Amino acid sequence: MTEGSALRTVGWQPAIIVVIETLTPAVTRVVLRPQRWQTFLPGQHIDVKLTAPDGYSARRSYSLTSAPESVGTFEIAIERLDDGEVSPYFHDIAEVGDAIEISGPHAEHFVWRAEQNASLLMLAGGSGVAPFMSMVRHRAFVAHNAPVTLLYSARSWESVIYREELIAQESRLSDFCCVFTLTRDMARRPQDFSRRVDAAMIASLITVDSLPSQSLVCGSNAFVRTTSDLLLDIGIPASSILTERYGGG
Amino acid sequence: MSTRGFSGRRPSAAAAQRIPPGQHETTDFPVLSAGPTPRIDLAKWSFTLRVGPKPVKRWTWAEFNAMPMTAMTRDIHCVTTWSKLDTRWEGVLIDDLLAAAELVPPTGFALAHTVEGYSTNVPVDDLIDGRAMIALRYDGVPLTDDHGGPARLLVPHLYFWKSAKWVNGLQFTTRDEAGFWELRGYHMRGDPWREQRYAND
Repeated sequence: MTEGSALRTVGWQPAIIVVIETLTPAVTRVVLRPQRWQTFLPGQHIDVKLTAPDGYSARRSYSLTSAPESVGTFEIAIERLDDGEVSPYFHDIAEVGDAIEISGPHAEHFVWRAEQNASLLMLAGGSGVAPFMSMVRHRAFVAHNAPVTLLYSARSWESVIYREELIAQESRLSDFCCVFTLTRDMARRPQDFSRRVDAAMIASLITVDSLPSQSLVCGSNAFVRTTSDLLLDIGIPASSILTERYGGG
Repeated sequence: MSTRGFSGRRPSAAAAQRIPPGQHETTDFPVLSAGPTPRIDLAKWSFTLRVGPKPVKRWTWAEFNAMPMTAMTRDIHCVTTWSKLDTRWEGVLIDDLLAAAELVPPTGFALAHTVEGYSTNVPVDDLIDGRAMIALRYDGVPLTDDHGGPARLLVPHLYFWKSAKWVNGLQFTTRDEAGFWELRGYHMRGDPWREQRYAND
């Protein structure tokens, strides 16, 4: 454990919504301009706080989807949870110009340090693609030539968050491979799948004599449990696998 | 600063007394971890008590299970903002571990270690006097691996990352040494009632 807390975290501060846009039927993209922006590592999250007139407040954590090169703004992608307290606000009420409070960026565990130039396997389930979006966008700015593969499991083609941008990044970046697997829809591209992630699928994306230096898995608990077990079965060392589980929020 | 159009969802008056600021109640039991769920062979499992680098007592799984078991029902609070009320645990109090090792806490700080190399620091005052245990059972059955089984530290009055999963040792340290999450920006103590989430809180 050599990495220490290198970045000073910023406490609560106001941030103005400068973009709010539908990405998929369930996911809204929100771009925030905080009073004091600071750089971060792709994979870090911010906390968002909403406060009612009587002072009651609710807070949630959201992974940043923007790259640190987008100086001055933070982008997050918010999935509507039917029984949610915070996510419906962003889908139904928030407008450009509204102010909320944020803190962070926080947490230096589930992060990608491009300077390590390690080959990377990213496994995303649903809205678990959020931290990987920051990493893919960051990769376009940095000199990095180790292979990066994103295997992204989504319910359907229309529920793939940032779909067009991921396809564009793939055609633009050498050594970035993006594969969608659709659990309830047919594959649209030759490299895509239409089933749940399984060992054969992962094996087709890696070569056993050059396992990824680092594997990152993000999604629901069920997705992370299943796919990280598959990685262990393939022989990827546990110490090279980082996980982030969404849900319960 | 109030947020235009946000009213929020209030806990019941009874629950409100028990939900710390910035938390909300959940009735399921979310799982969070830094890496894959480790594969633990109980035949090879052991729990070691250390003072600094020096092991002072080690238990096998069978020996550990022969210790006095204590039941505890507590509210737990995760730094990701969920709280769960009235969770039922059984395990070995840290007080009973110390008694079995005939050890008086030699320092004011401890690190809990786990099979996959995670650690978390906890002040000794938060571990003793019936406040913390090594939990082996949850809700009447053996703790599942996703929730930290076969054994996890339970320090219910601190944010739940302090209740390290897959725990296999407790080490007394002379200084308050930062553990895994504490090195990555989280608070050294983690009191939910004081919202000690991140390093600067």
